[in-house]
Amino acid sequence: MTATVASETGSAGPAETPLAPSRPVLAQDWRRLVRMGAVGAVAQIFIALSNMPVRLDERLVVKPILSLGYLTLLIVPFAAGHRVGHQIKREGMAVYAAGAHEVAGGAACGAVAGGGVSLLAVLLANFDLREPLVNWSPMLAELLAFGNATWFAVVIWLLIGAAVGGSGGALRVLGPSTRRAVVTMALAVGGTAVLEPLVVDLAEGMRLEALTDRLYAPRGGINWTSALGLAAASGILAVLGRGRVRQAREHVAALEGAKRTRTNLGLIALTGAALVILPLFAGKLTNELLANVGLFVLLALGLNVVVGLAGILDLGYVAFFAVGSYSAAVLTAATSPRINPEMPWLVALIVVVIITGLVGLFIGAPVIRMRGDYLAIVTLGFGEIIRLIFLSDWLSGWFGGSQGITKIPGAGIFGLTSVAGTDPRRVFYLVLAFCAIAIYVSWRLERSRLGRAWMAVREDETVAEAMGINTVNVKLLAFVVGAVLGSFSGAIFSAKVGSVFPNSFLILVSIVILVVVIFGGMGSIVGVIAGSAVLIGVLGGPKQPGLLAEFSEFKLLIYGALLIWMMLARPEGLIPSVRRSRELHQQEMAQDAWLKGQVEDDDGNGGGRAAPAT
Amino acid sequence: MIRTSGPRRRAPRTGVDWFLTFLRVAALTVIAVGLLAFIWQEIDTDNPFARWANPNATGLTGAQFRGLIVSGVAQGCMYGLIALGYSMVYGVLGFINFAHGEVFMVGAMTGMITSNKLADAGLWESNFIGSLVFIVIVSMIVCTLTAVIMERVAYRPLRGSPRLIPLITSIGVSFFIQNASIVLLGPAAKAYPDVPDWVKDQHTFMQIEGARILVVVVAAVSMFVLWYLVEHTKGGKAMRAVAEDAEIAALMGIDVNRTIVKVFAVGGAMAGLAGILWGILFRSVIHTTGFLPGIKAFSAAVVGGIGHLGGAMAGGISIGVAESVGPLLILEPLGVSGVSQLRDAVAFAVLIGVLLLRPAGIFGERLPAEDRT
Repeated sequence: MTATVASETGSAGPAETPLAPSRPVLAQDWRRLVRMGAVGAVAQIFIALSNMPVRLDERLVVKPILSLGYLTLLIVPFAAGHRVGHQIKREGMAVYAAGAHEVAGGAACGAVAGGGVSLLAVLLANFDLREPLVNWSPMLAELLAFGNATWFAVVIWLLIGAAVGGSGGALRVLGPSTRRAVVTMALAVGGTAVLEPLVVDLAEGMRLEALTDRLYAPRGGINWTSALGLAAASGILAVLGRGRVRQAREHVAALEGAKRTRTNLGLIALTGAALVILPLFAGKLTNELLANVGLFVLLALGLNVVVGLAGILDLGYVAFFAVGSYSAAVLTAATSPRINPEMPWLVALIVVVIITGLVGLFIGAPVIRMRGDYLAIVTLGFGEIIRLIFLSDWLSGWFGGSQGITKIPGAGIFGLTSVAGTDPRRVFYLVLAFCAIAIYVSWRLERSRLGRAWMAVREDETVAEAMGINTVNVKLLAFVVGAVLGSFSGAIFSAKVGSVFPNSFLILVSIVILVVVIFGGMGSIVGVIAGSAVLIGVLGGPKQPGLLAEFSEFKLLIYGALLIWMMLARPEGLIPSVRRSRELHQQEMAQDAWLKGQVEDDDGNGGGRAAPAT
Repeated sequence: MIRTSGPRRRAPRTGVDWFLTFLRVAALTVIAVGLLAFIWQEIDTDNPFARWANPNATGLTGAQFRGLIVSGVAQGCMYGLIALGYSMVYGVLGFINFAHGEVFMVGAMTGMITSNKLADAGLWESNFIGSLVFIVIVSMIVCTLTAVIMERVAYRPLRGSPRLIPLITSIGVSFFIQNASIVLLGPAAKAYPDVPDWVKDQHTFMQIEGARILVVVVAAVSMFVLWYLVEHTKGGKAMRAVAEDAEIAALMGIDVNRTIVKVFAVGGAMAGLAGILWGILFRSVIHTTGFLPGIKAFSAAVVGGIGHLGGAMAGGISIGVAESVGPLLILEPLGVSGVSQLRDAVAFAVLIGVLLLRPAGIFGERLPAEDRT
């Protein structure tokens, strides 16, 4: 059967491969199915034992039906069921239409995954492993059994797994437009639930409480009636707006010259205006959140210059943040132990920039010649050394040791206003201004001679050197620019928080910033901003809570998993920079082009498409 | 295993070079002055130079000095065992498995759990050596599995991608394992059960704690076993061949994937062993246990010359001794207060210093063909 299908697709030409008929229900790849299910089961057990379901059970997504806790468990069989129906598309191989085969496979796979929870329920009832595993609790058992007996948990999780896995498989059966509508509906409901604190806060500022009262239940979560309405509305919108968004985007992309510039300026002005107006209506909580996101945008933009543009993996980026914070604190605070010039904040900022630039030079010069991976570890070492030095008794006469520096005054701007942490709205405006500067600087740098030199060095250092680029100086400059951008964030941070302690500058801050940059897309300014908004805004920073404050125990775990998954699945990030993703997939593209050329040659140049050059 | 030492192109000296030279000279001067001050102080406590540098300096007695050296050697042996994993993986795959320190942490955690269970059953006190062997075996198995799963899930799909990609992934793996330990086992530090007196007490033989002797002996034995495995068995030959050139090794009929899995397994087993040694030495373990020893072990691998088994061990002992003796030997005579807080900083400084002075390490690197540039 396969042979005939292959010949069918072959004769139709490679331009639009028609689908082979759906496979029979029982012709599953059982090994793959069981393996995927087993991985899902392990993931389920891990999630259950990490206490996520119990902790997040209080945060409701849809009022009486679904809590975030159960959602963390349900997402696994869904993903497994969806994934198991994935077919690798190979040139010249048949691609089968999705049908009952995918649904059945997904259901079976989901059932195996759900079996993990069933197994855990049985184990929870019969053994006591509380000693090493802190979350081995009766609470978990009760949650898994929905308050019933153990046998109920076993049966219900097999059924739930099958149902959810089956629906995951069914997603493949839907046509593209229906699928898009379904996904939009899920995203709309989920997004509204996640953004609840933000929406409520904004609605209060705009005096629209009536709307949010209707939408959300009094103690959190969307009312199920509103959820249905929301899903219906977004579904209709998705069907109506089908292709419109893409058309608009393509339209903008096709613009050239002055028109393009005008459109871009318009978009930027619109975003800027929204960001200026929005905080006026928002309460303290939202503004605090926005300010935190802004601080991380600044940091991430700085790291983006180093990692994204110049391709230097700097794991000690927190060092510059720390130096910026500490030098701003020493220069402005009256309580600083040794020297306290009590400069105005803006004057101090200039000195801070100079100091951090010098520190960037000092750290950068010894490491810049090293191989990329050695450099990563050594910068990590420097990041830790800087923290240890701030922490040590040796220099505690200068920097306060573990007591840190407290009572740092807010940032005064020309004597007009003072920006301190007590008023997050002003902090946000200050951060916004610096973000604007940082964005402008990175954007101009990316298109400058220096930016092109950085990218050349990133792509191939030897070739760049042969082209006459002084690689050492260029890389050192990247280091310094990154350091200066990071010091802005540090100076604002110390004014905002009002105190600096060595423990605010752990290595994990560097790693979180790195995750943000990689998640958003290395080398892409928009990507980096989107990455910080999504990650810091929703999950929260190393110490700052996000919208899902309940996740604070798990966010670092999620960051780690996200970093692995991004590198495996999408190394170019959420919103990739075009050039960077081309670099990453160079080999695949060349291979694809070669393969396509080959296939067309085999068909006697059928298909009517010009063979791409190899 | 050929060392590459082709003729070097002389690049024109730039500002960075001058700065580096300055740094090298400055570092050597600090070390030399610190050492001189220390020696002078040992000879004559009241000499003007030592008074000027640090009025409160007391110097060290012979017993203190020996104690520092011994504890440095014992810890260094542990670093050496971890460093073997870094070194072998780097030698074969050419990337730093940043998460290897976390494998060590997993070993220490496994040891903690098993030994506490054994102590509950009363076996830990009644048959200490037997229990110790048991927890070593369990921990080695768990760590081997961790390392192999890690390779399969996170690194194998990335083989052949740019060098920094697997490094970033391994940072993610390290972050994930650390935080998985927090959510599964809780964030508090956890204690090993009490060890018998002969391990705790100092022995007549040079007044060394039993635990330290145990660590050194175990490390030496496992080092010998590993050396035999790599140099005298077929599997070891395959590892060396893959490290030399994976493509040619594959042509010679060596299963490269399997060999790489073996490398990870051996590295993991050594880390598991080191984890137990950590438990015996410090009797406490926490989720961040793997981070600093991991970095220091990597430094040890670099110091010894990456890809070089004996080098890893020698590097580990150097780093261990440097961080235990260095602060008191060099920093204290110079008038730095609270020097013991700076021991981690000293370990990093050794790494930076070695990379500045002799990037190929003491014994020279052995790297895969495409990495030799």
